[in-house]
Amino acid sequence: MAILVYAEHDNKELKKATLNTVTAASKIGGDIVVLVAGFGCEGVAEQAAKVAGVSKVLCASNPAFEHQLAENVAKLVVSLAGDYSHIIAPATTTGKNLLPRVAALLDVNMLTDVIAVIDAETFERPIYAGNAIATVKNTESKKVITVRTTAFDAAPAEGGAASIEQVSVGEDADAGKSKFVREELAKSDRPELTAAEIVVSGGRALGSGENFTKYIEPLADKLGAAMGASRAAVDAGYVPNDLQVGQTGKIVAPNLYIAAGISGAIQHLAGMKDSKVIVAINNDPEAPISQVADYFLEGDIFTVLPELTSKL
Amino acid sequence: MKALVAVKRVVDYNVKVRVKADNTGVDLTNVKMSINPFDEIAVEEAVRLKEAGVVSEIVVVSIGPKEAQEQIRGAMALGADRGILVETTDTVYPLQVAKILKAIAQAEGADIILLGKQAIDDDSNQTGQMLAALLDVGQATFASQVKVDGGSVYVTREIDGGLQTVQLSLPAVITTDLRLNEPRYAKLPNIMKAKKKPLEEKKPEDYGVSTATNIQIVKVTPPAERKAGVKVKSVDELVDKLRNEAKVI
Repeated sequence: MAILVYAEHDNKELKKATLNTVTAASKIGGDIVVLVAGFGCEGVAEQAAKVAGVSKVLCASNPAFEHQLAENVAKLVVSLAGDYSHIIAPATTTGKNLLPRVAALLDVNMLTDVIAVIDAETFERPIYAGNAIATVKNTESKKVITVRTTAFDAAPAEGGAASIEQVSVGEDADAGKSKFVREELAKSDRPELTAAEIVVSGGRALGSGENFTKYIEPLADKLGAAMGASRAAVDAGYVPNDLQVGQTGKIVAPNLYIAAGISGAIQHLAGMKDSKVIVAINNDPEAPISQVADYFLEGDIFTVLPELTSKL
Repeated sequence: MKALVAVKRVVDYNVKVRVKADNTGVDLTNVKMSINPFDEIAVEEAVRLKEAGVVSEIVVVSIGPKEAQEQIRGAMALGADRGILVETTDTVYPLQVAKILKAIAQAEGADIILLGKQAIDDDSNQTGQMLAALLDVGQATFASQVKVDGGSVYVTREIDGGLQTVQLSLPAVITTDLRLNEPRYAKLPNIMKAKKKPLEEKKPEDYGVSTATNIQIVKVTPPAERKAGVKVKSVDELVDKLRNEAKVI
């Protein structure tokens, strides 16, 4: 039995999500082979080869894979699938875009957002915005799954010595169904939201984008934290949507999650309730966030946040 | 061109579901059901494309129990022209849903196929991608903007680091994200008119699809309860607790 792990990367750097996925693969048991598909991604393959627990790295470098368009990459994965019992990827937007296409081409159902591996064919995954946990047995000929990265520790990035094999790709690598046009990536010096140890999130009560800059950012910077937001704050245009924490945004599980001016709707809780310690600052003591908060401070965020920032 | 929109009947997003005592699933008796929020956005986008003169007809499909008619009628009240209900009381998994939708998309000759990015009950986020694979067409998931230009569609997608725009040739499958649009409310006269729009009733077997799968739910349990928290009275007390009790800063 061998497991194919699809690597999350940007052609330069192997993303931490891959390390969490390698850990999930190790719980299934079997040789772990990492596929790095991209263009000019040889450096990423070298990083992947050093990850502890990886036995082989496949590197498929081709212009058709540069932006990891699902139409092209799914064909590649399916062409390699014969050797593997499991095909797994992190449940990032890349993994969620790609793996269902792979599964359908293999004519198998798949599991999204797996949070625990019971055995090689039994897994746990949250349903109904995390309000229920389903234990699911997958007896398909190939197990295709995406894993929730926050549910698995990162495998050590150093210590492995896997061999790297180049995958030769024919001229038909480009399926001709889609073209990359452009990308607008948010620039940030803060830690990545899904991997941060501490997250400071703001909600609708912030009232404006300026108030995020004035009240949330200084606290996040002081703590070396990532910044997050509720859907209300994103919809109101206070911050870009890739900061949204929740059922339909990012799922985070940091050591410390500070929710400032967030009421705590079911959909938001789905994205953060596995955080180790939750702090809520809200002027409404009845807000649903109080039910999951370890520490609840009733008060006005505009006075509490500066005070908290100055006292850290 | 013709648009096909898939809608799912799900528990209303405001309902906090409870796991059944025998751990076989969640309790859905007497719970308010609605159209999946992402599917409502898909319907709205199709209607806007029709209003812009890009789309000439909107066919809306739902696969589920007889009551899923309500969601199809709801979509018709927003502007869809016709409905197809593929009736089954079985739980239909995304691959089987995709197979049924493939047959319908081909029979209808749909050029643009819209689905929500995920259903808020099983949270799978698979059906659109699977459908695109089976139809062997391009896919644009997590769409926040859709522009049809000639034989192509330009879709801006919400990805982890920001936004990405792709160009797909038609036909294509698009799955909607929250920020694609704000769905309109159905007006009373439109709700009345929707009752007269054609609604075809089918079964999965009509499309040669069996609902059997190799995925089995072993059990469903409630998530681990969090320990009750404490209310702190001041910022000083909060900082002290975080430093000395929780030791997270």
